[in-house]
Amino acid sequence: MKVRFNRKQLCIPYAAFLILFVILPLLVIIYYAFTNGEGQFTFDNLVAFFSSTNTIGTLIYSFALAITTTLCCLAIAYPTAYILARSGFRKKYVLLLLFIMPMWINFTLRITALKEILTAIEGNIAAYPFINSVIGMTYDFLPFMILPLYTSLLKLDKNLLEAAQDLGANKLRVFMRVTLPLSVPGIISGITMVLLPSMTNYVVLDMLYNSTYIMGSLIGSYFNGFEWHSGSMISLILLVIIFIITLVTNRFSDKDDNGGREVIL
Amino acid sequence: MKKFAPVLWLCIVLCFIYVPILLLAVYSFTDATTVGAGINGFSFENYINLFANEELRDMILGTIALALVSATIATILGTLGAVGGFYSKKLTKSMLHSANQIPVVNADIVTGFSICVLLIVLLGVNKDTFIPLGVGHVVLCAPFVYLSVLPKLKQMDNNLYEAALDLGASPAQALFRVVLPQLVPGILSGFMLAVTLSLDDYFITTYTKPSTFDTISTYVVNATKGGQTEIKTALWALSTLIFLIVVVVVILMNATSSKRRKENKNAEI
Repeated sequence: MKVRFNRKQLCIPYAAFLILFVILPLLVIIYYAFTNGEGQFTFDNLVAFFSSTNTIGTLIYSFALAITTTLCCLAIAYPTAYILARSGFRKKYVLLLLFIMPMWINFTLRITALKEILTAIEGNIAAYPFINSVIGMTYDFLPFMILPLYTSLLKLDKNLLEAAQDLGANKLRVFMRVTLPLSVPGIISGITMVLLPSMTNYVVLDMLYNSTYIMGSLIGSYFNGFEWHSGSMISLILLVIIFIITLVTNRFSDKDDNGGREVIL
Repeated sequence: MKKFAPVLWLCIVLCFIYVPILLLAVYSFTDATTVGAGINGFSFENYINLFANEELRDMILGTIALALVSATIATILGTLGAVGGFYSKKLTKSMLHSANQIPVVNADIVTGFSICVLLIVLLGVNKDTFIPLGVGHVVLCAPFVYLSVLPKLKQMDNNLYEAALDLGASPAQALFRVVLPQLVPGILSGFMLAVTLSLDDYFITTYTKPSTFDTISTYVVNATKGGQTEIKTALWALSTLIFLIVVVVVILMNATSSKRRKENKNAEI
């Protein structure tokens, strides 16, 4: 029997791939999170996480670091994106490329460069672990914040701004009441690009001699100790956090959004 | 005077972004071993080391090979997925789309760890076969290829496919000769994105790689823990080279895309 070719069938390999290597691993993570070494069902891993002051401290430190980094990125990226998008410069697109080009340089090499500079300025960089980590993460993630902000500010309808001005609003009022609310999707998309990686990217901390753990470091240390069940529980907790962030941000974000990670051609 | 403040702000941000990279580039051409030290003389020692040292050379070539192979597989899978999903029923389409979003929003570290637990711990796949590493990188890249191809499918005129069928083409012919050529820009940008994602990845690589294999990311992280200054300064050279390559690629792409835009404009007229 000859099977007739149908273009719908083309998605079968990819669908199978996603089920096998995206959905199945997550199910396995959930299974491992709630079992022990003997394969028995247990809440021990969950209880262990929430009853230890160390791990709770790690969770709080992660949030503190991630939120500080996100705010720093936003504070630097918003004015930058605003100036770039609203400038009369003829080839503002080229100017934007200058700001997001570091995205394509390996982040470990960029952090190496930053580390050398910080060492030259501060001497012993281990003396300022939190500040250096924030600087490192901001340096790493800034392009990912600039891009979505630029995109949403560029889309802004100039007529609305002129209308607001004609109706008597001063510049500050136009910004607060028109520009800022309309750029919320860009802000949200930028926040999701920065918040999550800065909770998990422990390599930046390691390279800048910050020995405090963040959520990602826990997974790293459980991986090195072959403690798959505890590591799975941390992954599951991160998944829940990601799920909550996605639920909240989905209400604000644009539909056709691939999270700012687009290549510009 | 009005325009002075914004320009100053942009300059400050550019300094923050580029001073570390450029200073490292300058020092990579010297014999100094720390940035900020006095420069005694210029030398190409670091660049010679980068290519003479077998370990470094293997690591660079390995990273590039991994990126090209996994990006190619990801591009094929992601494109097929996007085309097939686009023409499927609504339910299949939305399920495929949701599953595709999982690795996009998920943290890389969780993606890497979960693949490690499934393949290496549960199924006992040998790390040295490169299968877990390859799977991990394709999971990382394919969803972004899918997302790059999808908009091109939406823009496409669906009547063209029907017209090809009416003119006697088989469905497969219509797909490959009519639909696929129109998706090429999306496929290409998806491939480029896949390559850059794979090159930049640290977490998925660490959790799935064979113990003797290193990519640039894992190698650099290990090197910063070790104290070998020769390796350290050779990596400065690598950083500078990558920076130059990125600059050249960005300029080339910008040149070709503005040329293409002009051609499109002429064609419309």
